[in-house]
Amino acid sequence: MSMEKCVNIVVCGTGGQGNVLLSRFLARAFVKKGYYATIGETFGMSQRGGAVMSHVRISREKPYGPLIPEGQGHVILSLEPMETIRVLGDYGNPSIAVISNIRPVYPVISITGEEDYPDLAEVKRVIREMSGKTWFLDATQISLEMGNTILTNMVMIGALAESKVVDLTESDLRGIIKESFSGDIAQTNISAVSRGMRAVRG
Amino acid sequence: MAQVKEKTRMVDIASNAPGEVLLALGNEAIARGCMEAGVKVAAAYPGTPSSEILQTLSKAAKELGMYTQWSTNEIVAIEVATAASMAGLRAVTAMKAQGLNVALDFFLHLNLLGTRGGLVGVVCDDPQGWSSVNEQDSRWLIGRMADFPLLEPSSAQEAKDMAKWAFELSEEIESTVFIRSVTRISHGSGAITLGEMNGVSRTARFDRSFSPNPVPQKHAELKEKQRKARAMFEASPFNWYKGPESPRLIVVCSGTGWPFTVDALEALGLEDSVGVIKLGTTWPLPIEFILNNIRNNAPILIIEEVDPFIEVHLKEELYNRRNDNEFQKVYGKNTGHVNEVGELDPNKVINSIVGLMGTEYRSRDSDYNEKARKYAQDMTLPRPPIWCAGCPHRASLWALKHALRLDGMEGYATGDIGCYALDRYYGGWQLTRTQSCMGGGSGLASGFGKLQQFGFNQKVIANCGDSTFFHAAIPALINAVHHRADTTFLILDNSATGMTGFQPHPGTLLDAMGDPAVPVDIERLCRSLGCKVEVADPFDWEDAQEKLWNLIQQDGAKVMVMRRKCALLAAREDGPEYSVWVDPDKCIGEDCGCDRYCTRIFKCPGLIWDKGSEKAKVDEAVCAGCGFCVNICPQGAIVREKIS
Repeated sequence: MSMEKCVNIVVCGTGGQGNVLLSRFLARAFVKKGYYATIGETFGMSQRGGAVMSHVRISREKPYGPLIPEGQGHVILSLEPMETIRVLGDYGNPSIAVISNIRPVYPVISITGEEDYPDLAEVKRVIREMSGKTWFLDATQISLEMGNTILTNMVMIGALAESKVVDLTESDLRGIIKESFSGDIAQTNISAVSRGMRAVRG
Repeated sequence: MAQVKEKTRMVDIASNAPGEVLLALGNEAIARGCMEAGVKVAAAYPGTPSSEILQTLSKAAKELGMYTQWSTNEIVAIEVATAASMAGLRAVTAMKAQGLNVALDFFLHLNLLGTRGGLVGVVCDDPQGWSSVNEQDSRWLIGRMADFPLLEPSSAQEAKDMAKWAFELSEEIESTVFIRSVTRISHGSGAITLGEMNGVSRTARFDRSFSPNPVPQKHAELKEKQRKARAMFEASPFNWYKGPESPRLIVVCSGTGWPFTVDALEALGLEDSVGVIKLGTTWPLPIEFILNNIRNNAPILIIEEVDPFIEVHLKEELYNRRNDNEFQKVYGKNTGHVNEVGELDPNKVINSIVGLMGTEYRSRDSDYNEKARKYAQDMTLPRPPIWCAGCPHRASLWALKHALRLDGMEGYATGDIGCYALDRYYGGWQLTRTQSCMGGGSGLASGFGKLQQFGFNQKVIANCGDSTFFHAAIPALINAVHHRADTTFLILDNSATGMTGFQPHPGTLLDAMGDPAVPVDIERLCRSLGCKVEVADPFDWEDAQEKLWNLIQQDGAKVMVMRRKCALLAAREDGPEYSVWVDPDKCIGEDCGCDRYCTRIFKCPGLIWDKGSEKAKVDEAVCAGCGFCVNICPQGAIVREKIS
């Protein structure tokens, strides 16, 4: 499956981080630009603290199926660093682009002390080694500074736009935000997008 | 005077805007198809992955002149929808696979009843059991057992188109028509092109000449309806052939089998040598259409979700028509060429085709593959599902844990379907030892409670949620009260159907359409049965634990209601109640002797162990601010401050 035919984006994180909303927002932005977009996702009990992942598949030619074949990811947009490594395991390849939040969400088995969360510097090294291009940011910290972790996914989508690995600009995002939210809330989301863009601009 | 700017409404799923393109969930697309068909009544009980169908219809109900309800359970829902059909209106019900089992008694008679207004049932199966207790393939019940016509969409667009057409088919043959979706269709999203809304308007009226008897005559009519449906399916636009004139292999597929097969053939570069028969109508099987498209006498591979349903029925048809010296080769789940458990995905389909075609396929560089797999294995931890930060179930089960420990007689809980079942997993304390179906824990408890004469002396607690209580636990509670079964019913009332997305239920103040409803009072209902009832806020830790302990010491059937709003709802509606932190001067880490009680035992994801300082810490990005954990630290190191 070549890059021109279909762009495969994996949006991943843990339950409750806003993964589903992020992938739908992303797909809507592409549909608005005339692309075909398909999303495959799961929700329900698996969401309660579990590893969650959505597949967003964008094409100019035709709608693709809801799941990406193994090794065929083009972009990983990750809300949690350990989850980035999990997704690379199934969908990575040497040219994949990764935009990853670096703030861990600790699994309950590391909260209890049974297993240690992997060393963050090593996590970042492995992500760099296993991807073609890499952008890291602490989207959670940015959203906390803005007053609400609910904004984490808007920060991430800003970082995606800044990376320019997909056909998505800040003005596309402004358009879809204004369509989805009103007044102050739209403005807060637009600010979150800008903060995300700045965070990966270096 | 300022010029009034005309408010332009964004096109949404309920807009009468033919030709507009929208991104929609499969379930939203099904709801849209119902709207376009002019559906008037919709009733359902929530269940993943089906809930968004009624949710979407409910949001649009007032604008489109529909009536929708979240019914008490699935059998009531199918009866409510059938009543509308009997009165001449178009109606729909939607459920998860296990919901069909709840509705089965009525469902297996509905086929003989026939319909007046178009009646459509949607059953959303959950291959892989992502949010279900099994991988039920409902096609056996719908098709083989009940003889209902069955449609299986392969995309969001098709889900919409099929839902719309299903009403026409239903009225044409006077039978309920079922749509079988699966998680990857219902919870997948795709672009859909909106169609016209059917403005059909009818007055509801029941025809008193209606009769469900005699049974053999009705059964004969049902068989005739099947023949009519088959004839229509033979020419259905939901079935097609795509591929070369002389294929080396033919894939017959339905549902997700279609997109996965197309993607697999593209990945393998085999589009010119493999043909695909895509079926959207799978019962009765359009056999002439299939036979006409089996070209080149090529072998057949069947790709379908869960069970070999098309596979066995196609083989049956081929056997009936066999030429004495020629058998078509049919491969699938029964021959070991397709996974017989778990959901389909493009890789499994690629492997099935590669196996039959004898071709080679490598998805990525093999060194990379090895490394990526190894890193994923070595550096990722499993994430078993746990209660959210601030979940009242954690506090309720914490009270039960202590009550059972005080009792010391190896007591246990029989569980039910809902978030409280997470007690069975790593994040809970495994007090809950059974989980089967809606209301199953309550029925089991009413049985365990009668075993004393055989030496049984353990305390049994049936836990179930508020929505589950109304759905299926009431008959079991009555059974326990009437027969003096020694058991305690622990009703975890979080004011919503929590796991499926906070739908209202008979105990809530508003109904599906947002109108005021009569809230059925759980404790008054239970008291009226004659059993002792206690109510507590699980966050009022001492009161909750004491009441529960006292109750389980008493004979007979008792009810304990733990009432506290779902943490996700509370976050949405009220925001955090406290700011919470760990006082680093008071937390003395490993020197305390508590052995990290807060993180090792309590296991709220908002509390973490900071390896650097060797002390507990609140994860500010996760903590919901419920403040319950101040009760658990022996040093009083966890501090909360009310947020004004």
